Amino acid sequence: MLKTRVIPTLLWKKFGLVKGVGFDSWRRVGPVLPAIKVYNQREVDELILVDIIAHCSEDELDFESIEEFGQDCFVPLTVGGGISRIDQVQRLLRAGADKISINTAAYERPDLVAEIAARHGSQCVVASVDVRSVDGGWRCYSHAGGSDTGREVVAWCRELEDRGAGEILATSIERDGTMEGYDLALIESIAGAVDIPVIASGGAGNYEDMVAAVSEGGASAVAAASMFHFTEHTPAGAKDALDAAGVPVRKTYIQTGQ
Amino acid sequence: MKVGVIDFGVGNLGSVMRALEELCVSPVLVDRAVDMHANDCLILPGVGNFSDCVRLLEAGGWVDALRDEVLGYNRPLLGICVGMQLLADFGTEGVGMGRGDETPGLGLIPGRVENLRTLGCAQRVPHVGWNEITCTQKSSRLLEGIPDGTDFYFVHSYAFVPEDSSDVHATADYGASFAAVVQRGNVWGVQFHPEKSSRAGFKLFSNFLSVSIC
Repeated sequence: MLKTRVIPTLLWKKFGLVKGVGFDSWRRVGPVLPAIKVYNQREVDELILVDIIAHCSEDELDFESIEEFGQDCFVPLTVGGGISRIDQVQRLLRAGADKISINTAAYERPDLVAEIAARHGSQCVVASVDVRSVDGGWRCYSHAGGSDTGREVVAWCRELEDRGAGEILATSIERDGTMEGYDLALIESIAGAVDIPVIASGGAGNYEDMVAAVSEGGASAVAAASMFHFTEHTPAGAKDALDAAGVPVRKTYIQTGQ
Repeated sequence: MKVGVIDFGVGNLGSVMRALEELCVSPVLVDRAVDMHANDCLILPGVGNFSDCVRLLEAGGWVDALRDEVLGYNRPLLGICVGMQLLADFGTEGVGMGRGDETPGLGLIPGRVENLRTLGCAQRVPHVGWNEITCTQKSSRLLEGIPDGTDFYFVHSYAFVPEDSSDVHATADYGASFAAVVQRGNVWGVQFHPEKSSRAGFKLFSNFLSVSIC
């Protein structure tokens, strides 16, 4: 039986981890590498690592840092931020990424999603969708929430699926960093519209929020940042809570016979 | 011992190399088919699309060289994810590129690669995440010390369907039962990613290295 994943999201900017509220008011959290090491030691289900300023820079992606971060990560690592060309994907996979996350570039050139899927397989492509409510609907935003793409979220997620995305990372910009709970209606709308897995993101404040994202929203995985950075909550605690609520979670490996 | 990790242009090579280093072996990235021969065992990693991978294998002269190493020199080979699927006779992913309905694979383990949907899975595809495996052979050396129900990390839309069910050493279930571990002679394949399955993955790699020594 497939297990529901609990995924810490690590946002980094230049030299360290940051976390904001509503994609703004960034706080420094600490250095990246020790955080990855700790999460790896605790055997989290997966990690998402996003360079939040790469999209607005002309410079090439920081492959060296990614390689350093990947050195001690033996759980799946999704890397995002500023990816706009297929050759960057290959370099990231060599550097230690297992999946890549595409956001802004997908709006600018939707064929990129198909190209990456054709070369590296759909399972490698996590389509990240940042959403704000506008006029009673949900609108997609690019450039780390800075730019209204005019696209309606459900139609865009369906298009991403058609073009070969393997997963949708659905983030509510308004809930981001608030720890007031995921936008369950948003998660439910996307999960109901596509057949690929949907990762709920933006707003998790406690374990109950995660249970709700799965049982009510239909999410296949739950991501959180602030809750793990700024509260006593841990990924292991989240899995215990999911397990208690009847949601299947990954068990710790115990070697036999020795 | 010399462990060669095959680099034919795709795959999360960084992760595979690091996981092997963690087991105190010094893996070598092999990017020319001719260099495979210097290794004691080979790993064929994979994050990719079947027919695109086959195209790259053919372009790099890997297909015949790999068959020579494995069948001629009895070199142990472990295929990971798409690397496992490539062991098959045929794949159906990414077809329509002038090859008809299927793409020939390496033909090292008889069978074909099908979409999970074709196998009856009605759940979300790709199958992404941690799922448990069930051993289907009494003694599989690759799975020594790895009990039934151990979770491994999967991420795939297609699965290997061996012709001979005795080549299947473990299965996983996702709306349909499919092969998670296959073996035929000195050729092994795992549908999941041991390099990303923490300690369970290290154990599997170390089992592969053990069977490669003797």
